[in-house]
Amino acid sequence: MLLDHLKSELVQFHVRTDNWQNAVRIGGDLLVQQGICTKEYVEACIQASLKLGPYMVLSPGIALAHSRPEDGALKVGMSIITLDPPISFGNKANDPVRLLITFCGIDHDSHIGMLQELATFLMDDQNQQFLLAVTTVEELTGYLQKSKG
Amino acid sequence: MKKIKIMMVCGFGLGSSMILKMTLDKVLKNHGISAETFCSDEATSRGEFFDMVFTSEEMSHLFQGSSKPIIVIKNFLNPDEVEEKGLETINKLTHEE
Repeated sequence: MLLDHLKSELVQFHVRTDNWQNAVRIGGDLLVQQGICTKEYVEACIQASLKLGPYMVLSPGIALAHSRPEDGALKVGMSIITLDPPISFGNKANDPVRLLITFCGIDHDSHIGMLQELATFLMDDQNQQFLLAVTTVEELTGYLQKSKG
Repeated sequence: MKKIKIMMVCGFGLGSSMILKMTLDKVLKNHGISAETFCSDEATSRGEFFDMVFTSEEMSHLFQGSSKPIIVIKNFLNPDEVEEKGLETINKLTHEE
């Protein structure tokens, strides 16, 4: 379940920041604080997008930031933050971003189950809307328990 | 019927492409199509063996001049877009001798 990956320290709602790099730092820092990745990993996420382009905005309003396991990944995990106001990541088709997921995998496939649960959840528009509106972890947890997400 | 190889490409072959693979797998399942789907990254994808590619606008330049069909997807979480842009080609390749 998605719920298993989202303890309260890994989510933050209605985060206000001024640019996409800082948004990734905020999402990444939640992982650093939980010992899931190093600070270097977070900076590598930013460098990846600078080098490869803003392809990490994979759906309207949703960005998935990550880097390679060898860049400082310590455990499998992800953080979710909602951005309010939304932030432009430089992706023509899908900007601005309102939901930023930062994830970390330790090899090529140990994170697949987690992403699968995330993708299944996000493919439902109603779930997306809920996630963008929610303000407390308790609300989200309750919703996920009810929807078995 | 041929089991074709469909490659998803993103920067590292771990995140976005994995999400896109899940969306495509869902479409294939809905249509009862059997295909091999796999992820690859910016650096190695061109050396892989594949019948067609799904990727983003940002990565599509990697396959400029390729003779294989390259499908550019905007919304990786949208099965309808994947189906609309890719299903016809998948069916065609699957039924090719």
